[in-house]
Order: sequence, then C-alpha cells, then structure tokens
Amino acid sequence: MEYEPVIGLEVHAHLLTNAKIFCRCSTKFGAAPNSHTCPICLGMPGVLPVLNKKVVEYAVKMGLATNCRINDRSVFARKNYFYPDLPKGYQISQYAEPLAEHGRIEIETGDGKKIIGITRIHMEEDAGKLLHDERNPSSYVDLNRTGIPLIEIVSEPDMRSAEEAAAYLKRLHEILVYLEICDGNMEEGSFRCDANVSLRPKGRAAFGIRAELKNMNSFRNVQRAVEYEIERQRHVLDGGGKVIQETRLWDDGQGVTLSMRGKEEAHDYRYFPDPDLVPVEIGKDWIAEIEKTQPELPQEKRERFIREYQISSYDAGVLTASRALADYFEEAARQAGKPKIAANWIMGDILKFLNEDKRSVKDCPILPADLAALIRLIDDGTISGKMAKEIIDVMYKTGKKPGAVIEEKGMVQITDESALAKTITGIIEANPAQVEQYRSGKEKVFGFFVGQVMKATQGKANPKLINDLLKKMLSGS
Amino acid sequence: MKITKEEVEYVAHLARLEFHAGETEKFTSQLNGILLYMEMLNQIDTTGVEPMTHAIAQKNAFRDDVVGESLMNEAALANAPDGRGDFFRVPKVIE
Amino acid sequence: MELNELTIHELQKKLRAGDTSSTEIVQAVFKRIEAVEPRINAYITLMKDVALADALKADEAVKKGDIRALTGIPIALKDIFCTKGFRTTCGSRILENFIPPYDATIVEKLRQAGAIFTGKTNMDEFAMGSSTETSFFGTTKNPWDLNRIPGGSSGGSAAAVAADECIASLGSDTGGSIRQPAALCGVVGMKPTYGRVSRFGLIAFASSLDQIGPFTKDVEDCAILMNGIAGYDPKESTSIPQDVPDYRSFLSRGIDGWTVGIPKEYFIEGIDAEVSEAVQKAIKCVEGLGAKTMEISLPHTKYCLAVYYIIAPAEASSNLARYDGVKYGYRSPDGQDLLDMYKKSRSEGFGAEVKRRIMLGTYALSSGYYDAYYKKASQVRALIKRDFDDAFKTCDIILTPTTPTPAFNVGEKTGDPLQMYLSDILTISTNLAGIPGISVPCGFTKGGLPVGVQFLAGHLEEGKLLQIAAAYEKNANLEKRRPNL
Repeated sequence: MEYEPVIGLEVHAHLLTNAKIFCRCSTKFGAAPNSHTCPICLGMPGVLPVLNKKVVEYAVKMGLATNCRINDRSVFARKNYFYPDLPKGYQISQYAEPLAEHGRIEIETGDGKKIIGITRIHMEEDAGKLLHDERNPSSYVDLNRTGIPLIEIVSEPDMRSAEEAAAYLKRLHEILVYLEICDGNMEEGSFRCDANVSLRPKGRAAFGIRAELKNMNSFRNVQRAVEYEIERQRHVLDGGGKVIQETRLWDDGQGVTLSMRGKEEAHDYRYFPDPDLVPVEIGKDWIAEIEKTQPELPQEKRERFIREYQISSYDAGVLTASRALADYFEEAARQAGKPKIAANWIMGDILKFLNEDKRSVKDCPILPADLAALIRLIDDGTISGKMAKEIIDVMYKTGKKPGAVIEEKGMVQITDESALAKTITGIIEANPAQVEQYRSGKEKVFGFFVGQVMKATQGKANPKLINDLLKKMLSGS
Repeated sequence: MKITKEEVEYVAHLARLEFHAGETEKFTSQLNGILLYMEMLNQIDTTGVEPMTHAIAQKNAFRDDVVGESLMNEAALANAPDGRGDFFRVPKVIE
Repeated sequence: MELNELTIHELQKKLRAGDTSSTEIVQAVFKRIEAVEPRINAYITLMKDVALADALKADEAVKKGDIRALTGIPIALKDIFCTKGFRTTCGSRILENFIPPYDATIVEKLRQAGAIFTGKTNMDEFAMGSSTETSFFGTTKNPWDLNRIPGGSSGGSAAAVAADECIASLGSDTGGSIRQPAALCGVVGMKPTYGRVSRFGLIAFASSLDQIGPFTKDVEDCAILMNGIAGYDPKESTSIPQDVPDYRSFLSRGIDGWTVGIPKEYFIEGIDAEVSEAVQKAIKCVEGLGAKTMEISLPHTKYCLAVYYIIAPAEASSNLARYDGVKYGYRSPDGQDLLDMYKKSRSEGFGAEVKRRIMLGTYALSSGYYDAYYKKASQVRALIKRDFDDAFKTCDIILTPTTPTPAFNVGEKTGDPLQMYLSDILTISTNLAGIPGISVPCGFTKGGLPVGVQFLAGHLEEGKLLQIAAAYEKNANLEKRRPNL
C-alpha cells in the first residue's frame, strides 16, 4: 500500500534573556554546576516566581514573526510530575491559555512553496540537567538550566516528508536567530526539536498512530530520524503489524530510533492555573510597541534583495543567511554603488576567509566601507582585478584599508599614457622581427607584445590601456 | 463508592506516596466520606460561571531582565541530603 | 504585672520613658517560657541567645534615640516563615533540619521595625489542621485548659500570646488558621486581605488562600503589627501594589451610623449555646455604639467547606511536590532506586493528615476528575465571592461567631477528618473570597474557655475592621482574666 507520512514538530527555544524566567539568576551557559541557582529556581519552601518581562516581549516577537494571533490574556499553569531535574515537582508552563495561536510560516519544498501551520507558542521554564554515573548507581543533578526561559513552538501536522520537516525547522531557526531572541545553538540545547511521525494510507483523512521522536541534536539528525521512522513504520504496516503510540529515542551512532517502551509511564500531568502567577494581558499598545522593534525577516529580505539589487535567488539566499551578513552586504553595496559586484566579492572571497577561520561576519577585519573602497578602486582603473585579489587577502590578514595596502606594495596601476607609450616604443624597437610578423598579418604575436609590456611594467599597467596603445603603435600609425 | 482502592493506589503513585495494606483501606474509606460530602456541589448550576483561580483579580506582575546574585554553590547544597561535590546526588534514574 | 504580660504599646511607652529595657523584657519572656513551656509546647525552636543579643542592640539603639515601631519587642514567629540561618520546619519531619538561606519578607520587615524574635512556634504540619495535633513536634496545649487544643493551624502562636510567652506573634491563615486559634485562646487575630501582606518566604499550603497576620493581646497591638507587615512586595506576583494607611489612625474613630450585617447562615445548628450567647452580647454591644444591625444572607455559605477542601488540597498537592528528598529535607535511607526513594521519603516524611490532603488534591486534579472537582469548586468559589460583594453593598461590616464551639479536647476529633474540617466552617469563606477578617475575644464559657467574635470587611478594609474591633473591645466590658498556669 502507498502511505503518506504525517509529521508535526515541537520546538523548544531558549530565549536570550540575561536573567532566568522567574528569578534573577544568570542564564549563561557553561558555569560551574549549581552556581547559577537561588532559592527560587532551587524550588525552596516559600519562595515565589515573578515573570521576567523580556520573556513576554521575546515570545510575542516570535508570535508576530510566525503570523500568530497574540492572545489578549494568557495564563501560566503548573505541569505536575516528579523528576530530579525538576526542583518544584512541577514545571511552570502554559496550557489552556497560551500566549499565541493560529500562526503559519512558508517553506520551500521540491514542489515549490508550502504553508506550515503553527498551532501555538507558549512560554515555560526549562528543567535542570542530570548526569549519569556509569560506574555506580547514581545520577547527579545540576540545576543551572532550571528556569531558563523557553518558548515551545508547536506545529500543525502539516509536513509530509523528512525534507519538509528539515525545511520547516531551518526556517524556524532562521527566524529565531534573526529576531535575536535565541542563539539557535543545537549542541548546547538552546534549540531542541521533538517530532511526531505517523503514516496513513494515501488519500485517507484520519491520522495513523504516531510515535514521538526525541534526542535529535542537529538538523541532519532530525531529517535522518524522521526518514528512518517513516521507513520503520512502513515496514511495520506492510508486515501487517500495528504502530504503537510511544516515545522513541534517536540513536545517532546506529542511525535508528529506539523504543522507550516500558520505561515511561502514562502521564497525568494534573495541569492547573498557577496561583502564584497572575495572567499576562497584552494590550494593543504593547503589541504595537513590540512590532516597532521587529526586524525585516529573512524571507522578506531575500525577496527584497532579488528585487532591489537584481541578484539571483541563490545569491540572495546566501547573503541573508544571517542578519549580520545581510547588513554587511547592504552597507558594502550601498557605498560601492555596485550590488552585484559587492555580492561576488562577499560570496567569493570574504565568506571563504571567514569560513576558514570559523569567524562571524561581525568580526570580519574588512569593514563594508573598506570593501566598497576596493570596488571603487577597481572601477576607476586604479588597480586591476588581479591586484584586488591580492589586496583583499592582505586587508583580511591585517585589517588595513585598501589604500594603505596599495601604497605599501606600490601597486598603483600605470595609467599614464605617455609613460606607457615610451615603454612600448622601446619594446617595438627591440623586437623588429615580431613587429614585421604582426604587420604582415600574424596577429597571434600580439600576445607576445602584451606579455612584454606586462613584464616591463611588472603587471602594473592597465591591461585595456596596453591593448589600445599597442594596437595603435604596432599598426604604425 | 466514589473512589476504589485501585484508584487510591494509582493516585498514591502519582503523588509518590505509598501505604501499607491497612492504610490504603483506611484512606479509601476516609476519602470516600470526604468525596461524598463534596457531592453537594453538584446541586449548583455553574453554567457560564468563570472559575475563580485567584483571591484577587490582578494581571501583569513583572520583573526586569536584570541579573542578581545567585547563591554560593555551598549554600545551594547546604541542605542537601546527599550533596556530592558541586552536585545533588540521587539514586540512579532507571530508564 | 510582669513585663511579659504587657502589650506592645505599653512596653513601647516604658522603653521610651526609660522605665525598662529590651533586655529586661526579653528576660521576662524567657523566664515565662522556661516556666510554662513544658506544659504548653507552644514553640518548636527557641532563639534565646540571639534574642538576648538583639535586645542588647535594641537597648543601644534606644539610647541613641533610634526607636522604631517595634524596637525591643519580643515577637514569636509561626514556624512556617523562613528565617535565614534558623531552622524552619513547618511542623513536619520532612523539614526537621531545614535551614533556609533567606528570610521571609515579613521577617525582614519586622526586623527592620526593630522586633526581636523569641523563636518559631508550633503548628499543624504544613498548616493542615485545626488543632495543632498534626505537628511532628507534639500537640500544643490550650493555656486556658491543658486538656484542650489551642486551635490551629497557628496554635503555637496563639497559645504563646495567651500564655505570655511572647508579646505578640505572627501566624498564617488559609481557612481560619489565625482567627480560629485566636478565638480559642482568647487573643486578637487578624487575617488581612489576600495580597496585602507578602507571602514571600511563607511556606505554601494553598497559594491562593494563604495569608499572614498577627496575634496580639489587644486591637491596638494588632494595628501596630499590621503597620509593620503590610505593604506591596515586588517579590510576590499577587502582592497588591497599593499604599498602606496608618492602621492606628482607625482605632478611636467609633462606628456611629454603621450598618453591621448578621448573616443568617452563620447562626445555625451546631453552634454551641454559650458561643451563641457571647456573640449575641457582642451584637448588643455594637448596637449600643450607634451601629445598626441587619440580617443578611450569604446564600452559598453551605458550600464553602466542600469548595475549600477541593481547592486547598489541590494546590497543596502541587506545592508539596518539592519535598522529594533531593535538594533539602528528609530522605529515606531505604530507597532502592529513584522511585522508591521518592515514595519512601515522602511517606515517612509526611504525617497522615498531609498525606490525606495530598491524595485528595492529586485526585481532584487528575485526568478525568479536574472538571468535576477543581473546576467546579473554582466556579462555586466565584459565587461565594459574589455573595460577599453583594453583602458589602448593604453593610459596612459582617459579624459572625469565629468558631462553632469553644476549644475541644485533645484527641476528640483526630479520628474523623470531616468533623475536624467542620471546625473551620465559619472562617473558610473569608479566604475563598480573599477578604480580611478579625477575631476578637467576646467572653468566656462557664467552664472558663474563651469565645471569639469575628468581623469581616471588604477587600483592603482592614482599617474598618480595626475600627469596629477597637470600639467593641473598649466598650464590651469583658472581665480581665489570665489563664491560670
């Protein structure tokens, strides 16, 4: 039978606040265990949570960027379960009344554009970390991560392939990073994804039984895990078996998903409104204020770049990969007045340098103004393209302005016609045989003369000028 | 019976409590008495009544995004029944 | 009279006049504690050394002219308030050795006002009880009759004031836990409006109902302590961001022309005849002060207990999940694995009443029962609050008995939880509605047990409560008695 995969994703993103969601501990990654804790995030008796306002603002930003309806009123609820990484015995989350709902984003698929629905976005606190001791039957609890603000973004089950799931995930990631509300680091766990995967016979409306996939810490692993799971379920169904509703962990080493069956119990989270927190009411004014701070989103930017700078869709994609890179490009393009050429230099040289050094464009030693200056120097004939390649290399290594590099190296192109004519006269006089050949119609020897001129000027002469002068003088006129 | 012995056992597990055999029966009978008393609430029509989850209706209580002092690690662990190094230690989570 | 028998305002006068010192007051209090504590058991932890050291500092401050509202006054704290560096047990084995690294906001405020702490008082475990019998640290006895309970859950705080083992004390009230023991011990006890006094550092029982308030020997002291503890706290999301009036300014205003509502549902069968008689006398007294009384109706009164015993345990089941033997508190040595450690630690660490309420609350929130119990109760709660809103459109104050009976015998109700719960029947509605209430002594039974009258007012009307309580206290002409210990 032919099956259709149905995939929905739940994404958890750490918000880039300074302090935790309900207390004043730092959110910085990598501190000594249990050193970013206080009575509140340790869940000590009698302490109370107070909501970090920035968390609401950031969550609203994501809601707006994904075309969600921002609810006038949202409420925190307690999700009750016992686990050593959850100090209060409940997680403060949102349940019946989340912050934002009914959103959508557009992704690119092999068959063109597709809309993926966003069911909801809500705010919650992260749990701590458990480290397991391999040698003795103990686990160790580090509560630094407890209380780091998260938003959970739940998609509709709108994806039909692993590629679509990956495209959706990349799009969400890109938006979060563009909004500067999440660092997007999957290895450190600041951007995490669970996937719900089921199959149904093609053409049927009802969903099949789904498995929930966890433990995928890269885009590639999400795609691989979903692909594997689709194949696994197809195999089960084809063999006449039944898929069971369960949580499965992705095993990166083996490249398979493994059942957690028997090791988890039926959940009964006993959600109820948290009496220690009051409702969040977001009026029109507040939303308008947040809207003012919204940056241009990657998709809009790409479309504008194509339109405004006449660059290819591919180039626009590369140049909008990050907000910083797009800003870099726009600044260089504006100052140089040559967007297409600026794009070529950035994509051909600057990104190559940065990638080799694993450096961010924000730390690029060549400022957009310097790149623009270089482009202008080529444009006005001061230097040749070949020289520019050499210069940009030095600029990147030293951070010097193009003018300074040119001066140091004495790399100014010879554009003085009379000086060049003098050199050419000398060469013509020294090579009468070749002159004769040229004049008798053997135009191939023209290259010989160009080479001679370049050699005599150490490559500093403007090639166009050489051509023009040589032609004129060789023809004897 | 509002609640059976099996339900009491299930609820006890959810709440991470355990009872001896005799205790479970006693709790079951006491909880039944209390739950029967609660039955009286069904006499009231609450259609359309907004549930009251706070004693005083308030909204939007926030703190600014400013980092304050955390506890020193020793203070965080001072009350721990089994603090090991920088960590709280627990019996292994069986997965 | 001994110094420990005086009120805050009397001692303040003496301190200002240089007639006594804080050290003398604290010594008198501890002398009394040493004499009667073996019979009363009002305290879980005493803080004598610190109190004496603080008294010296207070005396230094007085010499320099730095006299604040509570300078040098020995005050007892219910062991539900976190005290930095001092054991805070909440009456439970599970917190037997817990030392908080932080102070409750009210502890900070009282210290700021110059108060000296005598110790942490006994209470029902996690404030779940009406008799102080569920404490892991033994029952507190009623100073008026050592065979009887002092009420609860703040029984230790009430008994300590009644027995002059402190000058005043603080308690918490979730369903009557200040007013009921105040009535049964013959002292003044107030539960302020929800959100008026910060709950930060108050170990939670039921977060939407808990409120902190004072136990004092008279109404003026109640106003003084309210001045010390009330006010907005940015550390609590449900704290009310409103200025606090000077509560002492209400004390001598009188109640001429007021309307006092007498809810018919509170004078029902089951109210002890002697209690009823004392409260009727109080009504007459109030009328004599120029107030008009009228019968009113709070139609959903009979549902209060059922609503309370769903909402409070539901919130408690979640609030008490943090006691899991991981970060602090009791851990059973016998846990085989994590799940077993959780179950054994909690089952051994909590007493029977706490476990009963965790079970009840867990059940009320569990899948399939949420709507029938928690949601239904929250809806009826809204109707109960509406009753009060309507009532306060027609009257200034509501007057009721505080408790249906005087103090009962130790052990009398421990076998039947529902009977025990019924002793809160007249105080619970206040917490559900979030309004303030005060219990003031209104006489004695023939057997010499104190009886209390309760006044209730609308949100943030603590001033009005103190106004009527002070007027009543001044004109009631009650016989001055002290427990015979």
